[in-house]
Amino acid sequence: MYASALQQIKLGDWLTLLLGSIFIALLAHKLWGGDLADKAIIRSGGKIFREVSLSLDQQIDVSGPLGISRISIRKRKARISSDPSPRQYCVRQGWLQQAGEIALCLPNQVSLELAGNTKKYDSLNY
Amino acid sequence: MTASIIKFDSTAEDHHIARMAAVALGLTVLESAAPSPLPGVKPGLANIVTLIVLARYGWRTAAWVSLLRVVAGSLLFGNFLSPGFFLSLSGAVFSLLVLALAQHLPSRWFGPVSHSIYAAFAHITGQMLVVYLWLIPHTGIAYLIPIFATAALVFGTVNGLIAARFMNNAETPKPNVIENPA
Repeated sequence: MYASALQQIKLGDWLTLLLGSIFIALLAHKLWGGDLADKAIIRSGGKIFREVSLSLDQQIDVSGPLGISRISIRKRKARISSDPSPRQYCVRQGWLQQAGEIALCLPNQVSLELAGNTKKYDSLNY
Repeated sequence: MTASIIKFDSTAEDHHIARMAAVALGLTVLESAAPSPLPGVKPGLANIVTLIVLARYGWRTAAWVSLLRVVAGSLLFGNFLSPGFFLSLSGAVFSLLVLALAQHLPSRWFGPVSHSIYAAFAHITGQMLVVYLWLIPHTGIAYLIPIFATAALVFGTVNGLIAARFMNNAETPKPNVIENPA
């Protein structure tokens, strides 16, 4: 059964299969690869509060309507380590590493977005 | 009151196309009963019929069968003119356009498996275009493309193999020997 099924595949079909596989690999690399981020963009109330490089480990406090959101940068990763928002979604998002990743603390109007050299697309695009 | 009879002339070819479309429709219904690992990923078994019709009766008949299947299927499932219908339609149209080109590949080297794979890729291309241009105009859907492309390659190959096997069976009359079912 399987052997006879394989006989149906002609040489050009193998070529098609190979091309298709390469194409998928390229697609996955291009779309999923996601270059590592170089800088973090911190916004408060919709305006850019600071743009900081990820190469320097530091903590930044951003004040919003509810209080202070604390952003930590360590080992080229960034996270919101504490925030006064009731549901703590942005804190629970944990460390961000790839360009385009973003953590939003809506109640406190603070966001942390990572960007690379080339901004391909962001995860929030309204 | 006189009974009014609406009659229109139908040729044998019309009947033949209708029969093939009905088979394709049956496969669509069958497939919709099977669970899908990811919404939107379907084997597309009906395309086996399209492939066989393409190889035997040419592109025009295949286009009829495929488009009839899409329209009749949407009536059957009740999603005519809904987003789902346009997704099916764009997929079918793109597949048919690519098949129009792919059928001219030298048949010595390229069989239904190639046709099926190219058509499957065209299918998701058409669908992703509709999704992006109309339903979800957001670049975030790019994340899903590799998954859909993988599904296209796998299911395209499988459908092509099934189609090739059907065609071979039909070409060589079976000897009166019971095959080993394994």
